[in-house]
Amino acid sequence: MQAKKPQKTKCWQPKKPEANLLGTFLEAAQEAIRLLLAMDPVLVEVLVRSLQVSASALLISSLVGIPLGTWLALAGFPGKRIATAIIYTGMGLPPVVVGLVVYLFLSRSGAFGSLGWLFTVRAMVVAQVIIATPLITGITMSSILAVDPDLRPQLRALGATELQTTRAVLLEARAGVLVGLVAGFGRVIAEVGAVILVGGNIDGKTRVLTTAIVLETRRGNFDVALALGIILLAVAFSINFLLVALQGKTTI
Amino acid sequence: MLRTLRLFCVILLTSAAGGVLAQTEEPMTDAFDGETLILATTTSTYDSGLLDYILPDFEEMTGATVDVIAVGTGAALELGANGDADVILVHARSREEAFIEAGSGTARFDVMYNDFMIIGSADDPAGIAGMGNAAEAFVTIAAAEAPFISRGDDSGTHSKELSIWAAADLEPDGDWYQEAGQGMGAVITIANEQQAYTLADRATYLAREAEGLDLTVLVEGDETLFNPYGVILVNPDEHPNVNAELAQAFVGWLISDDTQELIETFVVNDTQLFYANADAGEEATEDEMLATEEAGS
Repeated sequence: MQAKKPQKTKCWQPKKPEANLLGTFLEAAQEAIRLLLAMDPVLVEVLVRSLQVSASALLISSLVGIPLGTWLALAGFPGKRIATAIIYTGMGLPPVVVGLVVYLFLSRSGAFGSLGWLFTVRAMVVAQVIIATPLITGITMSSILAVDPDLRPQLRALGATELQTTRAVLLEARAGVLVGLVAGFGRVIAEVGAVILVGGNIDGKTRVLTTAIVLETRRGNFDVALALGIILLAVAFSINFLLVALQGKTTI
Repeated sequence: MLRTLRLFCVILLTSAAGGVLAQTEEPMTDAFDGETLILATTTSTYDSGLLDYILPDFEEMTGATVDVIAVGTGAALELGANGDADVILVHARSREEAFIEAGSGTARFDVMYNDFMIIGSADDPAGIAGMGNAAEAFVTIAAAEAPFISRGDDSGTHSKELSIWAAADLEPDGDWYQEAGQGMGAVITIANEQQAYTLADRATYLAREAEGLDLTVLVEGDETLFNPYGVILVNPDEHPNVNAELAQAFVGWLISDDTQELIETFVVNDTQLFYANADAGEEATEDEMLATEEAGS
């Protein structure tokens, strides 16, 4: 093929002048406020489902992650370094890979196909638990390691039992554990790759804020997508603010 | 109970085939009350709004709920092969046939078609505007090395694009040819930003155009750009959990005269997006269905 000069691609130049881009954001913000004020039933449903799925996942992840992180920090056993490295790697698991693996297990052709969990919120919770647990475990572990190492021997010398000592250390590390919970929640509520795969983004059943944003973007409804994004941020901010306020009350 | 369901299902299919749906509509109401049908389909049928437009009719008639999983054709077929969907609505004829040959599906029916178009900037750097032959247009784009965005995602549209390159006897390669690995809407957005050429289905293009695009239709109307959609029943022998009766009822409904008319009335921006072409009598004649019923009872 006789090559002419390759056409210069106008790579990612914004098509619209900047003033319009700002306009898009303002319109999206207006749309977000309008949707919220109108208590749009579809939005409320999607919002509530997002919170339910992520809160359930957070609860299960904490029940596993906090004890596991505490044990990893305090116990001495061979292979601890490897276990720690595995947990830290798990903190950066790509959600879409988690989604794919969960899909393969929950598929009718997979090991747990008979449960019938695929394309339900349960599958979404499972995926989010896998994503959040290493994060909560890892942060719990490092915040416990940061507690004054002399605390435990001192408490033991004063006659405290192992359980009492662990409880005191965990209490001392509570600010860090809370950071783990906030990080875990932030990661799962904003996550889309896994939940769209295992949930299927079914209207009225498994659609959450992030998957609704994907759909609206695909449909070219950029203003609605952006408005949903603003709402997602607002929700995350409110919850984090609440947790931080809680932390302020208990620590200092 | 199972027999009653089967009977209703047969009534539905035969009436669909015979075109007498209106007369028998009453008795089958709520026959599938509370059941769920999982429909794996391409993004084009869902994102364009077609399914939101036609599905309420089916849900009202049967009392069943349709869960729509909108993914690429490749993924939709994979969901069917794994038994994770009951029925599939996609557009990649050769792969649909391969799916049935592999035993994953039991039957395929024509439903409707729309068409693909080659779109690009109005400047048209390669000069393909108005060409009547898609392969010739691709040859011209490749010769000019003008930027072209490929779906690159194993979708029905991607299959179609590859078949046109094959017809043009070319293997696209070089900086000008970019595989996005994304859905149609995203690819149109990328093509718009880069003022590049791409192959788009009319439904998604029109939906995106309504939101504002600096791309125009350059080549259309070639027969090779014909984009037929088929509905496939997932094989219940492979996966016993598949709701085969509801899936059959769905197919019967989809190819019935009433639904075919409904598809024709779906309009976006004053433009009809899908053209119904089911031949309801083709594979499900009344006699055949009665024979099936006798055999089954």
